Amino acid sequence: MIENFLGSTADVGYNRPMLQTARPKEKPGIAGPPHERYFDAFGWMLLARTFEEKLASLYRGGRITGGVYVGKGQEAVSVACGIFLRKGDVFAPLIRDQAGRSAFGEPLVDVARTYLGSRQGPMRGRDGNIHRGRPREGQLAMISHLGAMISVVVGSLMAKRWRGEKGFIGLTTIGEGGMQTGSTHEGLNIAAVEQVPLVVVATNNHFAYSTPNEREFACQALVDRALGYGFEGYEVDGTDLAACLDVIGSAVKRARAGRPPQLVVASILRLAGHGEHDDFSYVTEDIRKQPFARDCLQLAERFITENKLVDAETLRAWRDQAAQEVEQAFSTAQKEPVPEGTEEDWCAISTRVLCDQAE
Amino acid sequence: MSITYLEAIREAQAKLLRDDKRVFIYGQDVGGTFGGAFKATKGLAKEFPGRVLNTPISEDAMVGTAIGAAMEGMRPIVEMQFADFSSIALNQVLNNAGTIFWRTGISCPITIRLPSGGTKGSGPFHSQSMEALYSHYPGLIVMTPATVEDAYTMLIEAVAIDDPVVYCEHKYLYYHLKADRLPSEGLPVGQARIARVGRDLTIVSYSAMLHESLTAAEKLAREGLEIEVVDLRSVKPLDTATVLASVARTGRLLAVGESFPWGGVTAEVIARVAAEGFHLLDAAPARVNAKDTPIPYHPNLWSAHRPSSDAIVAKARQLLRE
Repeated sequence: MIENFLGSTADVGYNRPMLQTARPKEKPGIAGPPHERYFDAFGWMLLARTFEEKLASLYRGGRITGGVYVGKGQEAVSVACGIFLRKGDVFAPLIRDQAGRSAFGEPLVDVARTYLGSRQGPMRGRDGNIHRGRPREGQLAMISHLGAMISVVVGSLMAKRWRGEKGFIGLTTIGEGGMQTGSTHEGLNIAAVEQVPLVVVATNNHFAYSTPNEREFACQALVDRALGYGFEGYEVDGTDLAACLDVIGSAVKRARAGRPPQLVVASILRLAGHGEHDDFSYVTEDIRKQPFARDCLQLAERFITENKLVDAETLRAWRDQAAQEVEQAFSTAQKEPVPEGTEEDWCAISTRVLCDQAE
Repeated sequence: MSITYLEAIREAQAKLLRDDKRVFIYGQDVGGTFGGAFKATKGLAKEFPGRVLNTPISEDAMVGTAIGAAMEGMRPIVEMQFADFSSIALNQVLNNAGTIFWRTGISCPITIRLPSGGTKGSGPFHSQSMEALYSHYPGLIVMTPATVEDAYTMLIEAVAIDDPVVYCEHKYLYYHLKADRLPSEGLPVGQARIARVGRDLTIVSYSAMLHESLTAAEKLAREGLEIEVVDLRSVKPLDTATVLASVARTGRLLAVGESFPWGGVTAEVIARVAAEGFHLLDAAPARVNAKDTPIPYHPNLWSAHRPSSDAIVAKARQLLRE
């Protein structure tokens, strides 16, 4: 029996009891935060929430062209995805990952630029909203077709391994909706075949747009699939920041230590529409009362205040700083030029001489 | 000594693996001692350990993996077992590989080899020609080599190009087409070639249909007709200038392709000539394609479905009467 990274002897590749041991004990009066990155993580969550509230208000005011997709309710999971990554890692986030993108180093101004179509943004008005990235800096730009980015991360990691890089990992996110595509199936399987240092974080937000879990899959628990793919699988309560940091942080450590690919399945409720155009009236009152429907940011804030981890003034200062950063990002992006059709370079390939001249 | 079209593809890959450490081959059954369903990678896994890798039957993930590696500086060659199966990978090719440079400014130098086209008895799912479909989408270069020499030099160029290349190699040509030796260089990609000089009619073709067209030209030559035959070599970019120059000499255009008729390469050739060289035409342009049905299994049906030299001759005669 091979001893796994955590020192337990189980080598079955999946270990659900982990979830219980990773949960923080919410005892009153504890001395410090339940995880060393708790305050950092809380800061990114706050920034993401503040940014996206502003974004939604700009959308309602008709100031954003195209859709707006927010990660309300998913910030704890997302921040835990980005916060443990370092330079040289590959991150392929999806649509509700503002907190994780920021924690991994995406400048907030790039987000504002992409939503406003600034020519100085990473997508230069050629693509919008959440389809942004800076591949050279390890942040891949997602396409809308779910599951497609998993194998792309696998390939990036193989290239790094061939180049002799050390200590890197890849992390990509998916939802329970995206887990049902053929692309996801192929991607997870090939990741395990290639034994790349990959973490896949799947967030079950209980709805694929408006379709509830019972019309999405029929297995008992999505994490059970980990074993079938040759992944190690874990579940986490995605409303609980400390648990997310523990479980996803441990998965990242295991991937870095050379363990098989890791699957973490988090449970939350999306506390907004699929996009801001969606009133999510399909989410019933009954569902809104479920434990997974709690707001991770509110829970973290309550945890901080109830345990007097920081005083009210510090919290206020954090909030003010987030608001200030958001204002600054939008005010910078708003002043920047937008693209013009007559000035655009309409060649889709880098080898300009091979650009076809069709009309 | 002679070398076949298929051996040229193998030799090109051997050279690429030898000369460029960034190159690796990724596909079903390409590795081990097997060397691919058509043996296009025979012996390469042994000669280049760890760089010719078998994959699961996962066309989507094969291309996705290649995309990720290419963005990180590698030069992957993906072998589809049959062009037909690349339909499973369409999303990765069209929506991922084809959009990356435009969206992010990062190039995506992958080469996807598609063993294409019909052979006797192969039926609906092992016979397709998909060049028109890939050419329709932006961001891709689509090559359709028709000679042993082009099979070799264009594959080497495909890997050198910083953009995604769909390399359509024709299975019918694998064993039948031979050359004395491999060239050290070929025409630039994107440039068509005049495969036969004539003055009465221009046939524009590519891949295996080039050879049917040349045979047709030979038959018509016995009647004193001089047919010019253009080999497109790559269908995207399409060398409109060479086609127009040929039509300027002959005044008549016949476009020949093995693919399905609706919206294909032949339609594109005719549209361009009609739009840019209408005044050069002495007769309405014509085309010969496969029929608009799935590709049949039985040789009697298959040979009627696929454009033959006789079908090309018949259409050319009709066009020359006008």
